[in-house]
Amino acid sequence: MNPTNQQNNEPHLPESDVAESAVRRRMIKSFGWFALASAVPFGVYSWIKSSPNLLGARKPLRRVLDVNETVARTYFSNANLVKTFPAEAAVKNARVNGFDGIRTPLPTDWKLQVDRAGDEPFLLTMDDIRSLPKHELIYDFKCVEGWSQIQHWGGARLSDFMAKYKLGTHSGNVPTPDNPDDLFKHVGMETPDKGYYVGVDMESALHPQTLLAYELNGQPINNQHGAPVRLIIPVKYGVKNLKRIGRIFFSDTRPRDFWTERGYDYYVGL
Amino acid sequence: MKRIVHKHPLAIRWFHWINFPVLSIMIWSGMLIYWAYDPYKITIGDWTLVSFFPDWFYKALGWSRRLAEGMAWHFAFMWLFLLNGLLYIGYTFVSGEWRHLVPDRKAFREAIEVTLYDLGLRKTQPPFIKYNGAQKIAYFSIMLMGIGSALTGYAIYKPTQFYWLTALMGGYEMARLLHFALTIGFVLFFLIHIAQVIRAGWHNFQSMITGFEELKPNAPNRPNPTAAADRPTPTPPLKNGGGAIDPALS
Repeated sequence: MNPTNQQNNEPHLPESDVAESAVRRRMIKSFGWFALASAVPFGVYSWIKSSPNLLGARKPLRRVLDVNETVARTYFSNANLVKTFPAEAAVKNARVNGFDGIRTPLPTDWKLQVDRAGDEPFLLTMDDIRSLPKHELIYDFKCVEGWSQIQHWGGARLSDFMAKYKLGTHSGNVPTPDNPDDLFKHVGMETPDKGYYVGVDMESALHPQTLLAYELNGQPINNQHGAPVRLIIPVKYGVKNLKRIGRIFFSDTRPRDFWTERGYDYYVGL
Repeated sequence: MKRIVHKHPLAIRWFHWINFPVLSIMIWSGMLIYWAYDPYKITIGDWTLVSFFPDWFYKALGWSRRLAEGMAWHFAFMWLFLLNGLLYIGYTFVSGEWRHLVPDRKAFREAIEVTLYDLGLRKTQPPFIKYNGAQKIAYFSIMLMGIGSALTGYAIYKPTQFYWLTALMGGYEMARLLHFALTIGFVLFFLIHIAQVIRAGWHNFQSMITGFEELKPNAPNRPNPTAAADRPTPTPPLKNGGGAIDPALS
Protein backbone atom coordinates (compact mmCIF):
# COMPACT_ATOMS: atom_id res chain seq x y z
CA MET A 1 0.00 0.00 0.00
CA ASN A 2 1.16 3.45 -0.84
CA PRO A 3 1.38 5.24 2.50
CA THR A 4 0.16 8.59 1.17
CA ASN A 5 -2.94 6.98 -0.18
CA GLN A 6 -3.48 5.14 3.05
CA GLN A 7 -3.69 8.49 4.81
CA ASN A 8 -6.31 9.54 2.35
CA ASN A 9 -8.34 6.36 2.83
CA GLU A 10 -8.90 6.22 -0.89
CA PRO A 11 -9.61 2.56 -1.61
CA HIS A 12 -8.16 0.76 -4.58
CA LEU A 13 -10.46 0.06 -7.46
CA PRO A 14 -11.73 -3.52 -7.55
CA GLU A 15 -10.15 -5.75 -10.15
CA SER A 16 -11.01 -9.09 -11.66
CA ASP A 17 -9.51 -11.57 -14.10
CA VAL A 18 -11.87 -12.23 -16.95
CA ALA A 19 -11.69 -14.27 -20.14
CA GLU A 20 -10.92 -12.16 -23.19
CA SER A 21 -14.15 -13.22 -24.91
CA ALA A 22 -16.17 -12.16 -21.86
CA VAL A 23 -14.56 -8.72 -21.90
CA ARG A 24 -15.52 -8.29 -25.54
CA ARG A 25 -19.07 -9.49 -24.92
CA ARG A 26 -19.44 -7.13 -21.98
CA MET A 27 -18.23 -4.23 -24.07
CA ILE A 28 -20.62 -4.91 -26.92
CA LYS A 29 -23.52 -5.18 -24.50
CA SER A 30 -22.61 -1.90 -22.80
CA PHE A 31 -22.30 -0.04 -26.07
CA GLY A 32 -25.58 -1.51 -27.28
CA TRP A 33 -27.39 -0.21 -24.24
CA PHE A 34 -25.60 3.11 -24.56
CA ALA A 35 -26.74 3.53 -28.15
CA LEU A 36 -30.32 2.67 -27.22
CA ALA A 37 -30.31 5.03 -24.25
CA SER A 38 -28.85 7.81 -26.45
CA ALA A 39 -32.00 7.69 -28.54
CA VAL A 40 -34.11 8.72 -25.53
CA PRO A 41 -33.06 12.39 -25.35
CA PHE A 42 -33.51 12.77 -29.11
CA GLY A 43 -36.94 11.19 -28.79
CA VAL A 44 -37.96 13.46 -25.92
CA TYR A 45 -36.71 16.54 -27.74
CA SER A 46 -38.53 15.79 -30.98
CA TRP A 47 -41.69 14.78 -29.08
CA ILE A 48 -41.76 18.17 -27.35
CA LYS A 49 -40.85 20.08 -30.50
CA SER A 50 -43.60 18.36 -32.50
CA SER A 51 -46.28 18.74 -29.80
CA PRO A 52 -49.03 21.26 -30.52
CA ASN A 53 -48.93 24.60 -28.77
CA LEU A 54 -51.12 25.23 -25.78
CA LEU A 55 -51.33 29.04 -25.49
CA GLY A 56 -48.07 29.57 -27.33
CA ALA A 57 -46.02 26.98 -25.42
CA ARG A 58 -45.44 23.35 -26.38
CA LYS A 59 -48.08 21.30 -24.64
CA PRO A 60 -45.75 19.15 -22.48
CA LEU A 61 -43.86 22.25 -21.33
CA ARG A 62 -47.11 24.13 -20.61
CA ARG A 63 -48.21 21.19 -18.47
CA VAL A 64 -44.99 21.33 -16.43
CA LEU A 65 -45.37 25.09 -15.99
CA ASP A 66 -48.85 24.45 -14.58
CA VAL A 67 -47.42 21.80 -12.23
CA ASN A 68 -44.78 24.34 -11.20
CA GLU A 69 -47.61 26.72 -10.30
CA THR A 70 -49.19 24.06 -8.09
CA VAL A 71 -45.83 23.51 -6.40
CA ALA A 72 -45.26 27.25 -5.95
CA ARG A 73 -48.71 27.73 -4.42
CA THR A 74 -47.99 25.16 -1.72
CA TYR A 75 -45.29 27.37 -0.22
CA PHE A 76 -46.71 30.75 -1.21
CA SER A 77 -47.39 32.86 1.82
CA ASN A 78 -48.76 36.38 2.10
CA ALA A 79 -46.44 36.75 5.07
CA ASN A 80 -43.46 36.68 2.70
CA LEU A 81 -43.04 40.31 1.77
CA VAL A 82 -40.98 41.65 -1.08
CA LYS A 83 -37.90 43.50 0.15
CA THR A 84 -38.41 47.26 0.48
CA PHE A 85 -35.93 50.13 0.25
CA PRO A 86 -35.62 53.74 1.41
CA ALA A 87 -37.16 56.28 -1.00
CA GLU A 88 -33.70 57.61 -2.01
CA ALA A 89 -32.88 54.24 -3.53
CA ALA A 90 -35.64 54.52 -6.13
CA VAL A 91 -34.81 55.59 -9.69
CA LYS A 92 -35.94 59.05 -10.82
CA ASN A 93 -37.14 57.79 -14.19
CA ALA A 94 -38.82 54.42 -13.95
CA ARG A 95 -38.38 52.35 -17.07
CA VAL A 96 -41.25 52.15 -19.57
CA ASN A 97 -41.08 48.83 -21.34
CA GLY A 98 -44.34 48.33 -23.22
CA PHE A 99 -47.26 50.14 -24.76
CA ASP A 100 -49.77 47.35 -25.28
CA GLY A 101 -53.18 48.49 -24.07
CA ILE A 102 -52.18 52.16 -23.81
CA ARG A 103 -51.60 53.02 -27.46
CA THR A 104 -55.09 54.49 -27.72
CA PRO A 105 -55.73 57.80 -25.93
CA LEU A 106 -57.05 57.61 -22.37
CA PRO A 107 -60.85 57.98 -22.58
CA THR A 108 -61.82 61.38 -21.20
CA ASP A 109 -64.73 59.79 -19.36
CA TRP A 110 -62.54 57.07 -17.81
CA LYS A 111 -64.11 55.22 -14.92
CA LEU A 112 -63.07 51.95 -13.35
CA GLN A 113 -65.59 49.25 -14.16
CA VAL A 114 -65.97 46.57 -11.48
CA ASP A 115 -67.91 43.39 -12.21
CA ARG A 116 -69.56 41.77 -9.21
CA ALA A 117 -70.92 38.26 -9.16
CA GLY A 118 -74.66 38.21 -9.93
CA ASP A 119 -74.86 41.97 -9.98
CA GLU A 120 -74.68 44.82 -12.45
CA PRO A 121 -71.16 46.19 -13.03
CA PHE A 122 -70.53 49.44 -11.22
CA LEU A 123 -68.24 52.35 -12.00
CA LEU A 124 -65.74 54.06 -9.73
CA THR A 125 -63.77 57.27 -10.04
CA MET A 126 -60.23 58.07 -8.94
CA ASP A 127 -61.67 59.86 -5.91
CA ASP A 128 -63.22 56.57 -4.80
CA ILE A 129 -59.84 54.83 -5.04
CA ARG A 130 -58.00 57.72 -3.38
CA SER A 131 -60.40 57.57 -0.46
CA LEU A 132 -58.81 54.26 0.57
CA PRO A 133 -55.70 54.32 2.82
CA LYS A 134 -52.63 55.13 0.75
CA HIS A 135 -49.56 52.89 0.93
CA GLU A 136 -46.08 53.59 -0.37
CA LEU A 137 -44.00 50.80 -1.77
CA ILE A 138 -40.33 51.12 -2.74
CA TYR A 139 -39.18 47.79 -4.11
CA ASP A 140 -37.20 46.08 -6.84
CA PHE A 141 -39.56 45.81 -9.81
CA LYS A 142 -38.64 42.67 -11.74
CA CYS A 143 -39.17 42.20 -15.45
CA VAL A 144 -39.56 38.77 -17.01
CA GLU A 145 -36.71 39.81 -19.33
CA GLY A 146 -34.31 39.69 -16.40
CA TRP A 147 -33.73 43.34 -15.49
CA SER A 148 -34.94 44.87 -12.26
CA GLN A 149 -35.22 48.40 -10.98
CA ILE A 150 -35.99 49.97 -7.61
CA GLN A 151 -39.18 51.98 -8.08
CA HIS A 152 -41.34 54.01 -5.73
CA TRP A 153 -45.07 53.49 -6.09
CA GLY A 154 -48.03 54.72 -4.09
CA GLY A 155 -51.65 53.66 -4.04
CA ALA A 156 -54.38 51.68 -2.35
CA ARG A 157 -54.05 48.05 -1.40
CA LEU A 158 -56.06 45.87 -3.74
CA SER A 159 -57.13 43.89 -0.64
CA ASP A 160 -58.50 47.07 0.99
CA PHE A 161 -60.30 47.91 -2.23
CA MET A 162 -61.84 44.44 -2.42
CA ALA A 163 -62.83 44.59 1.25
CA LYS A 164 -64.50 47.97 0.92
CA TYR A 165 -66.56 46.99 -2.11
CA LYS A 166 -67.05 43.35 -0.99
CA LEU A 167 -65.43 41.91 -4.08
CA GLY A 168 -63.94 38.58 -4.99
CA THR A 169 -66.37 36.36 -3.10
CA HIS A 170 -69.22 34.20 -4.33
CA SER A 171 -71.33 35.29 -1.35
CA GLY A 172 -70.75 39.00 -1.86
CA ASN A 173 -69.20 39.27 1.59
CA VAL A 174 -65.86 40.80 2.44
CA PRO A 175 -63.10 38.44 1.24
CA THR A 176 -61.10 36.76 3.98
CA PRO A 177 -58.43 34.10 3.67
CA ASP A 178 -60.27 32.23 6.46
CA ASN A 179 -63.00 31.25 4.06
CA PRO A 180 -61.10 30.20 0.94
CA ASP A 181 -64.06 28.36 -0.61
CA ASP A 182 -65.98 31.61 -0.83
CA LEU A 183 -63.18 33.33 -2.75
CA PHE A 184 -63.05 33.36 -6.51
CA LYS A 185 -59.85 31.72 -7.72
CA HIS A 186 -58.75 34.57 -9.96
CA VAL A 187 -58.90 38.31 -10.49
CA GLY A 188 -58.97 39.53 -14.08
CA MET A 189 -58.07 43.00 -15.31
CA GLU A 190 -58.00 44.66 -18.69
CA THR A 191 -57.23 48.03 -20.23
CA PRO A 192 -60.14 50.20 -21.48
CA ASP A 193 -59.27 49.31 -25.11
CA LYS A 194 -58.89 45.61 -24.16
CA GLY A 195 -55.45 45.68 -25.77
CA TYR A 196 -53.82 44.24 -22.64
CA TYR A 197 -55.28 41.89 -20.09
CA VAL A 198 -54.05 39.80 -17.17
CA GLY A 199 -55.27 37.17 -14.78
CA VAL A 200 -53.91 36.88 -11.25
CA ASP A 201 -54.49 34.15 -8.66
CA MET A 202 -56.49 35.33 -5.64
CA GLU A 203 -53.73 34.77 -3.05
CA SER A 204 -51.36 37.03 -4.96
CA ALA A 205 -54.10 39.63 -5.47
CA LEU A 206 -54.72 39.71 -1.70
CA HIS A 207 -51.00 40.01 -0.89
CA PRO A 208 -50.57 43.12 1.31
CA GLN A 209 -48.08 44.67 -1.15
CA THR A 210 -50.39 44.42 -4.15
CA LEU A 211 -51.49 47.95 -4.98
CA LEU A 212 -53.87 49.85 -7.19
CA ALA A 213 -51.13 52.39 -7.82
CA TYR A 214 -51.78 55.99 -8.82
CA GLU A 215 -48.49 57.63 -7.78
CA LEU A 216 -44.90 57.18 -8.93
CA ASN A 217 -42.21 58.99 -6.92
CA GLY A 218 -44.98 60.88 -5.12
CA GLN A 219 -46.50 62.27 -8.34
CA PRO A 220 -49.62 61.10 -10.18
CA ILE A 221 -48.48 58.48 -12.68
CA ASN A 222 -48.26 59.60 -16.30
CA ASN A 223 -49.86 57.97 -19.32
CA GLN A 224 -46.85 55.84 -20.21
CA HIS A 225 -46.80 54.33 -16.74
CA GLY A 226 -50.51 53.63 -16.84
CA ALA A 227 -52.49 56.68 -15.68
CA PRO A 228 -54.80 57.04 -13.94
CA VAL A 229 -54.43 53.79 -12.00
CA ARG A 230 -52.47 50.61 -12.59
CA LEU A 231 -51.74 47.33 -10.91
CA ILE A 232 -48.49 46.99 -8.95
CA ILE A 233 -48.09 43.40 -7.86
CA PRO A 234 -44.56 42.75 -6.53
CA VAL A 235 -45.07 38.99 -6.15
CA LYS A 236 -45.25 38.77 -9.96
CA TYR A 237 -43.05 39.74 -12.89
CA GLY A 238 -43.79 43.07 -14.55
CA VAL A 239 -45.99 41.46 -17.21
CA LYS A 240 -48.85 41.14 -14.68
CA ASN A 241 -48.58 44.80 -13.62
CA LEU A 242 -51.32 45.98 -15.96
CA LYS A 243 -51.39 49.69 -16.76
CA ARG A 244 -54.50 51.90 -17.07
CA ILE A 245 -57.02 49.52 -15.52
CA GLY A 246 -60.37 49.70 -17.32
CA ARG A 247 -62.17 46.72 -15.83
CA ILE A 248 -61.75 44.39 -12.85
CA PHE A 249 -63.60 41.09 -12.65
CA PHE A 250 -63.49 37.83 -10.72
CA SER A 251 -63.57 34.28 -11.98
CA ASP A 252 -63.01 30.68 -10.96
CA THR A 253 -61.43 29.92 -14.32
CA ARG A 254 -58.27 31.61 -15.47
CA PRO A 255 -59.00 34.98 -17.07
CA ARG A 256 -57.25 35.38 -20.41
CA ASP A 257 -53.73 36.72 -20.12
CA PHE A 258 -51.87 38.71 -22.76
CA TRP A 259 -48.39 37.22 -22.31
CA THR A 260 -49.58 33.70 -21.53
CA GLU A 261 -51.15 33.69 -24.99
CA ARG A 262 -47.66 34.49 -26.28
CA GLY A 263 -46.06 31.45 -24.67
CA TYR A 264 -45.25 32.68 -21.15
CA ASP A 265 -46.09 30.95 -17.90
CA TYR A 266 -49.49 31.98 -16.50
CA TYR A 267 -48.45 32.17 -12.87
CA VAL A 268 -45.08 33.99 -13.13
CA GLY A 269 -44.94 34.22 -9.32
CA LEU A 270 -41.79 35.44 -7.64
CA MET B 1 -7.43 -14.08 -19.20
CA LYS B 2 -7.44 -10.35 -18.82
CA ARG B 3 -7.12 -8.27 -15.74
CA ILE B 4 -9.76 -5.54 -15.66
CA VAL B 5 -10.25 -2.73 -13.21
CA HIS B 6 -13.80 -1.69 -12.30
CA LYS B 7 -13.59 2.04 -12.63
CA HIS B 8 -17.05 3.60 -12.78
CA PRO B 9 -20.03 2.08 -10.95
CA LEU B 10 -23.20 1.76 -13.04
CA ALA B 11 -25.01 4.52 -11.11
CA ILE B 12 -22.23 7.02 -11.76
CA ARG B 13 -22.34 6.25 -15.48
CA TRP B 14 -26.10 6.84 -15.55
CA PHE B 15 -25.80 10.14 -13.67
CA HIS B 16 -23.00 11.24 -15.98
CA TRP B 17 -24.79 10.51 -19.24
CA ILE B 18 -28.19 11.79 -18.09
CA ASN B 19 -26.55 15.01 -17.03
CA PHE B 20 -25.10 15.60 -20.47
CA PRO B 21 -28.36 16.18 -22.42
CA VAL B 22 -30.13 17.73 -19.42
CA LEU B 23 -27.39 20.27 -18.77
CA SER B 24 -27.21 20.98 -22.51
CA ILE B 25 -30.93 21.81 -22.50
CA MET B 26 -30.47 23.98 -19.40
CA ILE B 27 -27.59 25.94 -20.95
CA TRP B 28 -29.33 26.35 -24.30
CA SER B 29 -32.64 27.46 -22.76
CA GLY B 30 -30.71 29.64 -20.32
CA MET B 31 -29.12 31.40 -23.28
CA LEU B 32 -32.57 32.05 -24.78
CA ILE B 33 -33.50 33.69 -21.45
CA TYR B 34 -30.25 35.59 -21.10
CA TRP B 35 -30.67 37.15 -24.56
CA ALA B 36 -33.61 39.24 -23.26
CA TYR B 37 -31.28 41.10 -20.87
CA ASP B 38 -27.61 40.51 -21.60
CA PRO B 39 -25.59 43.15 -19.75
CA TYR B 40 -22.55 41.12 -18.68
CA LYS B 41 -19.12 41.91 -20.06
CA ILE B 42 -15.51 41.83 -18.96
CA THR B 43 -13.94 45.26 -19.30
CA ILE B 44 -10.49 46.68 -18.68
CA GLY B 45 -11.06 50.37 -18.12
CA ASP B 46 -13.20 51.49 -21.06
CA TRP B 47 -12.07 48.62 -23.21
CA THR B 48 -14.37 45.63 -23.51
CA LEU B 49 -12.41 42.40 -23.46
CA VAL B 50 -15.39 40.08 -23.83
CA SER B 51 -19.05 40.95 -24.25
CA PHE B 52 -21.60 38.31 -23.34
CA PHE B 53 -22.67 38.29 -26.12
CA PRO B 54 -22.40 40.28 -29.35
CA ASP B 55 -25.53 40.35 -31.55
CA TRP B 56 -23.95 38.21 -34.28
CA PHE B 57 -23.49 35.42 -31.75
CA TYR B 58 -27.23 35.12 -31.03
CA LYS B 59 -28.07 35.58 -34.70
CA ALA B 60 -25.67 32.87 -35.83
CA LEU B 61 -27.18 30.40 -33.38
CA GLY B 62 -30.79 31.52 -33.85
CA TRP B 63 -31.08 32.41 -30.15
CA SER B 64 -32.79 35.79 -30.50
CA ARG B 65 -36.36 36.64 -29.47
CA ARG B 66 -37.10 33.27 -27.87
CA LEU B 67 -37.50 34.26 -24.21
CA ALA B 68 -40.86 32.52 -23.63
CA GLU B 69 -39.61 29.30 -25.21
CA GLY B 70 -36.41 29.45 -23.17
CA MET B 71 -38.31 29.92 -19.91
CA ALA B 72 -40.67 27.02 -20.68
CA TRP B 73 -37.79 24.60 -21.34
CA HIS B 74 -35.68 25.91 -18.47
CA PHE B 75 -38.43 25.60 -15.84
CA ALA B 76 -39.39 22.13 -17.05
CA PHE B 77 -35.92 20.58 -17.28
CA MET B 78 -34.66 22.17 -14.08
CA TRP B 79 -36.41 19.36 -12.22
CA LEU B 80 -34.43 16.71 -14.06
CA PHE B 81 -31.19 18.57 -13.47
CA LEU B 82 -32.02 18.90 -9.77
CA LEU B 83 -33.15 15.30 -9.34
CA ASN B 84 -30.20 13.81 -11.22
CA GLY B 85 -27.80 16.04 -9.31
CA LEU B 86 -29.25 15.16 -5.92
CA LEU B 87 -29.17 11.44 -6.70
CA TYR B 88 -25.57 11.77 -7.89
CA ILE B 89 -24.48 13.59 -4.75
CA GLY B 90 -26.42 11.19 -2.54
CA TYR B 91 -24.97 8.14 -4.26
CA THR B 92 -21.43 9.52 -4.20
CA PHE B 93 -21.53 9.97 -0.43
CA VAL B 94 -23.50 6.86 0.50
CA SER B 95 -21.46 4.51 -1.68
CA GLY B 96 -18.10 5.82 -0.51
CA GLU B 97 -17.30 6.92 -4.07
CA TRP B 98 -16.51 10.34 -2.56
CA ARG B 99 -13.18 8.94 -1.40
CA HIS B 100 -12.07 8.96 -5.03
CA LEU B 101 -13.45 12.42 -5.63
CA VAL B 102 -13.01 14.82 -2.72
CA PRO B 103 -9.62 16.52 -3.01
CA ASP B 104 -7.33 16.17 0.00
CA ARG B 105 -4.51 18.46 1.01
CA LYS B 106 -1.98 17.00 -1.41
CA ALA B 107 -4.39 17.22 -4.35
CA PHE B 108 -3.46 20.82 -5.01
CA ARG B 109 0.28 20.16 -5.28
CA GLU B 110 -0.52 17.10 -7.34
CA ALA B 111 -2.73 19.18 -9.63
CA ILE B 112 0.20 21.50 -10.39
CA GLU B 113 2.42 18.51 -11.14
CA VAL B 114 -0.25 17.01 -13.41
CA THR B 115 -0.63 20.31 -15.23
CA LEU B 116 3.14 20.54 -15.75
CA TYR B 117 3.12 16.96 -17.02
CA ASP B 118 0.22 17.73 -19.39
CA LEU B 119 2.14 20.73 -20.72
CA GLY B 120 5.21 18.58 -21.28
CA LEU B 121 7.22 20.36 -18.61
CA ARG B 122 7.49 17.33 -16.35
CA LYS B 123 8.48 13.80 -17.26
CA THR B 124 6.29 11.80 -14.89
CA GLN B 125 2.91 12.30 -13.37
CA PRO B 126 2.30 11.65 -9.72
CA PRO B 127 0.71 8.30 -8.82
CA PHE B 128 -3.05 8.13 -8.40
CA ILE B 129 -5.76 5.54 -7.86
CA LYS B 130 -8.84 6.68 -9.76
CA TYR B 131 -8.44 10.39 -10.39
CA ASN B 132 -5.33 12.52 -10.17
CA GLY B 133 -5.29 15.70 -8.11
CA ALA B 134 -6.33 17.90 -11.02
CA GLN B 135 -9.26 15.64 -11.81
CA LYS B 136 -10.35 15.52 -8.19
CA ILE B 137 -10.39 19.30 -8.00
CA ALA B 138 -12.17 19.61 -11.34
CA TYR B 139 -14.84 16.99 -10.70
CA PHE B 140 -15.48 18.05 -7.14
CA SER B 141 -15.74 21.69 -8.25
CA ILE B 142 -18.26 20.71 -10.89
CA MET B 143 -20.38 19.14 -8.15
CA LEU B 144 -20.17 22.33 -6.10
CA MET B 145 -20.95 24.40 -9.20
CA GLY B 146 -24.05 22.30 -9.79
CA ILE B 147 -25.20 23.02 -6.26
CA GLY B 148 -24.41 26.70 -6.86
CA SER B 149 -26.45 26.74 -10.05
CA ALA B 150 -29.45 25.22 -8.31
CA LEU B 151 -29.25 27.66 -5.39
CA THR B 152 -28.69 30.81 -7.47
CA GLY B 153 -31.32 29.57 -9.91
CA TYR B 154 -33.90 29.20 -7.19
CA ALA B 155 -32.87 32.58 -5.76
CA ILE B 156 -33.83 34.31 -9.03
CA TYR B 157 -36.83 32.04 -9.64
CA LYS B 158 -38.62 32.83 -6.34
CA PRO B 159 -36.92 35.92 -4.85
CA THR B 160 -39.92 36.80 -2.69
CA GLN B 161 -41.02 33.42 -1.35
CA PHE B 162 -37.37 32.43 -0.84
CA TYR B 163 -36.11 35.90 0.06
CA TRP B 164 -33.63 34.39 2.55
CA LEU B 165 -32.04 32.33 -0.20
CA THR B 166 -31.88 35.35 -2.52
CA ALA B 167 -30.25 37.35 0.29
CA LEU B 168 -27.80 34.49 0.90
CA MET B 169 -26.84 34.51 -2.79
CA GLY B 170 -26.00 38.21 -2.60
CA GLY B 171 -29.33 39.62 -3.77
CA TYR B 172 -31.38 39.26 -6.94
CA GLU B 173 -28.93 40.84 -9.38
CA MET B 174 -25.88 39.16 -7.87
CA ALA B 175 -27.62 35.78 -7.96
CA ARG B 176 -28.37 36.24 -11.67
CA LEU B 177 -24.74 37.20 -12.36
CA LEU B 178 -23.47 34.17 -10.41
CA HIS B 179 -25.96 31.90 -12.17
CA PHE B 180 -24.60 33.15 -15.49
CA ALA B 181 -20.94 32.91 -14.43
CA LEU B 182 -21.46 29.32 -13.33
CA THR B 183 -22.92 28.55 -16.75
CA ILE B 184 -19.80 29.94 -18.41
CA GLY B 185 -17.86 27.76 -15.98
CA PHE B 186 -19.75 24.66 -17.14
CA VAL B 187 -19.01 25.49 -20.76
CA LEU B 188 -15.29 25.98 -20.04
CA PHE B 189 -15.24 22.74 -18.06
CA PHE B 190 -16.92 20.97 -20.95
CA LEU B 191 -14.32 22.18 -23.46
CA ILE B 192 -11.38 21.15 -21.26
CA HIS B 193 -13.09 17.89 -20.35
CA ILE B 194 -13.58 16.94 -24.01
CA ALA B 195 -9.97 17.83 -24.84
CA GLN B 196 -8.67 15.77 -21.91
CA VAL B 197 -10.88 12.79 -22.73
CA ILE B 198 -9.57 12.83 -26.29
CA ARG B 199 -6.00 13.05 -24.97
CA ALA B 200 -6.52 10.23 -22.51
CA GLY B 201 -7.67 8.00 -25.30
CA TRP B 202 -10.17 5.29 -26.06
CA HIS B 203 -9.56 3.03 -23.04
CA ASN B 204 -10.33 5.80 -20.64
CA PHE B 205 -13.37 7.00 -22.62
CA GLN B 206 -15.01 3.62 -22.99
CA SER B 207 -14.80 3.02 -19.24
CA MET B 208 -17.47 5.70 -18.78
CA ILE B 209 -19.73 3.45 -20.87
CA THR B 210 -18.64 -0.07 -19.89
CA GLY B 211 -17.51 0.75 -16.38
CA PHE B 212 -14.25 -1.16 -16.63
CA GLU B 213 -10.85 -0.67 -18.12
CA GLU B 214 -8.36 -3.32 -19.16
CA LEU B 215 -5.35 -3.11 -16.93
CA LYS B 216 -2.14 -2.48 -18.75
CA PRO B 217 0.51 -2.30 -16.04
CA ASN B 218 3.07 -0.71 -18.31
CA ALA B 219 0.87 1.87 -19.94
CA PRO B 220 2.73 5.17 -19.68
CA ASN B 221 -0.35 7.30 -19.01
CA ARG B 222 -1.73 5.12 -16.28
CA PRO B 223 0.82 4.88 -13.51
CA ASN B 224 0.32 2.16 -10.96
CA PRO B 225 0.62 3.40 -7.44
CA THR B 226 1.36 -0.08 -6.16
CA ALA B 227 3.21 -3.16 -7.27
CA ALA B 228 0.99 -5.88 -8.64
CA ALA B 229 1.63 -8.07 -5.61
CA ASP B 230 0.14 -5.46 -3.31
CA ARG B 231 -3.06 -5.20 -5.23
CA PRO B 232 -6.21 -6.52 -3.65
CA THR B 233 -7.12 -10.06 -4.59
CA PRO B 234 -9.12 -10.06 -7.77
CA THR B 235 -12.79 -10.43 -7.10
CA PRO B 236 -14.52 -13.27 -8.90
CA PRO B 237 -16.87 -12.38 -11.74
CA LEU B 238 -19.82 -10.69 -10.14
CA LYS B 239 -22.71 -11.66 -12.32
CA ASN B 240 -24.65 -14.81 -12.87
CA GLY B 241 -22.63 -16.78 -15.40
CA GLY B 242 -21.56 -15.85 -18.88
CA GLY B 243 -18.57 -14.12 -17.37
CA ALA B 244 -20.62 -10.93 -17.00
CA ILE B 245 -18.70 -8.48 -14.91
CA ASP B 246 -20.75 -5.43 -14.40
CA PRO B 247 -24.25 -4.69 -15.55
CA ALA B 248 -23.76 -1.76 -17.84
CA LEU B 249 -26.80 0.38 -18.45
CA SER B 250 -29.07 -2.58 -17.88
